[in-house]
Amino acid sequence: MYPLELIVPPGFLANEPVRTALIVGAGAAIVSAVVGVFTVMRGQSFAGHALADVSSAGGSAAFLLGISPLLGFLGVAALAAGAMEWADVRDARERDLVTGVMLGVGLGVTALLLYLGTIQGSTSGAAIAVLFGSMFTIPASIVPLAIGVAGVALVAIAVIYRPLLLSSLSADLAQARGARVRRTGLVHALALALAVSLAAMTVGAILSTALLIGPAAAALRFADRPGRALAWAVAIGWAATWGGILLAYDSFYWTPGHGWPVSFFIVALIFIAYLLAGLARWRPRQPALRRPA
Amino acid sequence: MTEPAALSVHSLSVSFSGRPILKDVQFEVAGGEFCALIGANGSGKTTLLKAILGLVRPQSGEVRIEAGAGVARIGYVPQKISIDPYLPLRSRDVVALGLDGARWGWLRRSAAREARVQEMLEAVGAVDFADRRVGQLSGGQQQRVLIAHALVRRPRLLLLDEPLANLDVRSTAEIVALLRRLSVQYRTAVLLSAHDMNPLLPVIDRIVYLASCCAVSGKADEVIRTEVLSRLYGYHVDVVRVHGRVVVIAAHEPEEIRAALARDPVHTAQVP
Ligand SMILES: Nc1ncnc2c1ncn2[C@@H]1O[C@H](COP(=O)(O)OP(=O)(O)OP(=O)(O)O)[C@@H](O)[C@H]1O
Ligand SMILES: [Mg+2]
Repeated sequence: MYPLELIVPPGFLANEPVRTALIVGAGAAIVSAVVGVFTVMRGQSFAGHALADVSSAGGSAAFLLGISPLLGFLGVAALAAGAMEWADVRDARERDLVTGVMLGVGLGVTALLLYLGTIQGSTSGAAIAVLFGSMFTIPASIVPLAIGVAGVALVAIAVIYRPLLLSSLSADLAQARGARVRRTGLVHALALALAVSLAAMTVGAILSTALLIGPAAAALRFADRPGRALAWAVAIGWAATWGGILLAYDSFYWTPGHGWPVSFFIVALIFIAYLLAGLARWRPRQPALRRPA
Repeated sequence: MTEPAALSVHSLSVSFSGRPILKDVQFEVAGGEFCALIGANGSGKTTLLKAILGLVRPQSGEVRIEAGAGVARIGYVPQKISIDPYLPLRSRDVVALGLDGARWGWLRRSAAREARVQEMLEAVGAVDFADRRVGQLSGGQQQRVLIAHALVRRPRLLLLDEPLANLDVRSTAEIVALLRRLSVQYRTAVLLSAHDMNPLLPVIDRIVYLASCCAVSGKADEVIRTEVLSRLYGYHVDVVRVHGRVVVIAAHEPEEIRAALARDPVHTAQVP
């Protein structure tokens, strides 16, 4: 037995659904981590989550219509992101309210579409696939589109990189400095929509937040410059995704007949990374000053 | 005037939802001049600075910044900026963003860029915390970093909104001296808002005083006089000289304070 087989089970890489999951999963993880760092820095985690939930309406509509779910997620997420930036609510509290209302509407529509889907009977697994992901059922035909989407998102972030950093420091400062703050915000929101759609394809609309926020949050616990934060977030997200796929594949042998969901393993690994990141930053606490008795 | 005006504001009026904040404000700041913008809370100092920057749209009037210069030639340090301690930006990165943060595209390192940033960090005395996250610095340290961010492109005009609020007496003196030195060194005109003019008196060339929407502007030695200031403040103040320094003090408690005290007397704390 090769040592590699201790980690990578036999047949793993020869399996087409696994290969598709590895490729699409890596794309989703990388893009989510990169975009996520900025989403966290800008304090827009909730918007990211809402966008994912709203996009599930698109995903379930796609199942109903029999088109590629990625297109469904993408279309609705991009529309919602555009609408959110267009509304241009500056006040953080009001922004949260608008986001919350939108999230509710999106999930409501999703509920309706998934219900219609079960009535038709043909898409009984759609609810699980849309909400919690189903990596080993991603069709291989989606790979070129997924890679294209990932590429566009990464290029978009690279283009707005500096104004994006400056405006996460302070929007006023960025605007005074001559940066195109609104345009930057819009491009970031669209990149967020792309990231969230890819993540929704892999770990599902609801768990896509974990892929978006988790690695970024873990990296920001210790990385103290933007490049390193990005590199660490990518490393954590990517490793968790491939690790999760591997464990899920393995789990077919643990409980014969059925495996555990990939999404569970990915999210669990990200959570562990988050906890470890806290340890990396941990210093022994100074003994508290005692008051003289 | 030998130098052309770095900034001229012509009958500028700003109102928010119908409420006038600034009316017909008019003044000039000459190149390299150090100018204090004085006014009480809510008198419109921040609004005036934002109108100069183009962040607030005026009802009427005009702001002219020295020929050929656009918004990018102004450095700006905003009044309150709360920086998230998790933000992965070191002081060094913040200063570097002052250099090219508005440009599209990925960061490209260059020795010249780093040298410029280092020089600026040294100039404001921020070398000791250059590699720490800016969100974890104290208010005074952040102030220095933001000044470096604003000055790193050598703007002809530097706008600072209450840079001395939140500073202790010693840091205040240090920052004032620093600003004056940089203003002379880089020939940068400075317009700095504050509500207390005392720490600024040793260095300012000009004062713009804002009250009830209007601005009065003059050379420092024309304005810092007992009669002029008393008229502006609306109560008697004395301009006195001690230890070779000029100090402005309210000779009597202003009417409002006395009236407020009469309504709501201060109770002495009970000591058991
Ligand atoms: N965006 C806004 N919308 C409506 N009113 C505003 C707005 N910004 C400022 N104001 C009002 O304009 C007036 C001037 O505000 P400004 O912030 O310019 O005062 P300031 O002189 O900077 O005060 P401070 O010393 O407290 O910083 C205040 O009465 C304020 O309520
Ligand atoms: Mg103000």
